[in-house]
Amino acid sequence: MRHRKHTFKIGRSGAHRRAMLANMVSSLIECGEIKTTLVKAKEARRLADKMITYGKKGDLHHRRLAISKLRDETAVKTLFDKVAPSFLERKGGYTRIIKTGTRVGDAADMCILQLVQDSTAPAKPAKKVKKVEKAQEPTVVETPAVVEASAEAKAE
Amino acid sequence: MGVPKRKMSKMKKRSRKAANRYEGVEATFCQSCGKPVAPHRACKGCGIYKGKQVITVSE
Repeated sequence: MRHRKHTFKIGRSGAHRRAMLANMVSSLIECGEIKTTLVKAKEARRLADKMITYGKKGDLHHRRLAISKLRDETAVKTLFDKVAPSFLERKGGYTRIIKTGTRVGDAADMCILQLVQDSTAPAKPAKKVKKVEKAQEPTVVETPAVVEASAEAKAE
Repeated sequence: MGVPKRKMSKMKKRSRKAANRYEGVEATFCQSCGKPVAPHRACKGCGIYKGKQVITVSE
């Protein structure tokens, strides 16, 4: 029985699917984001999260497991050396899916699958922008007062 | 086995089907450029989703 063994088959045999997902996750690790269909992205996300967990463990055994899944030693090297260390503080949820509408031709739902690396970085500048705006407001209020003061000085 | 006794009249059938109407497409408006956008999807006009530039749009 395959009760509750939910998976997306994506119209491929098991071997074909594993090979495709390995290629997708390798590209994701190398490039940081990939553009794909929603169903493929949801399935690739599972493998990607598992590979990053391997990377965070970081020992030789998990490196070999990752190579056996991804079949790409350079991708596994970047995973273990660059990608996984940046997720040390994050407990799961390493990937993000952003839907981008439908594909021309077969109307497949398209999306961007990306590593959640820049999540904290854009949030802080956004707050800073607001603070800058607030900081600018008092100066704007002050300048007319100065102008008025100078105008009074001229009137006198 | 239970079997219908009478033929269903056109009116009876159609008045039942009248409830199943197409309700149109859901859409919201992009917060940055104001164009109509499908919900939970990046804007095709400006490529922004949740305040971030997600896709580059050629003009």
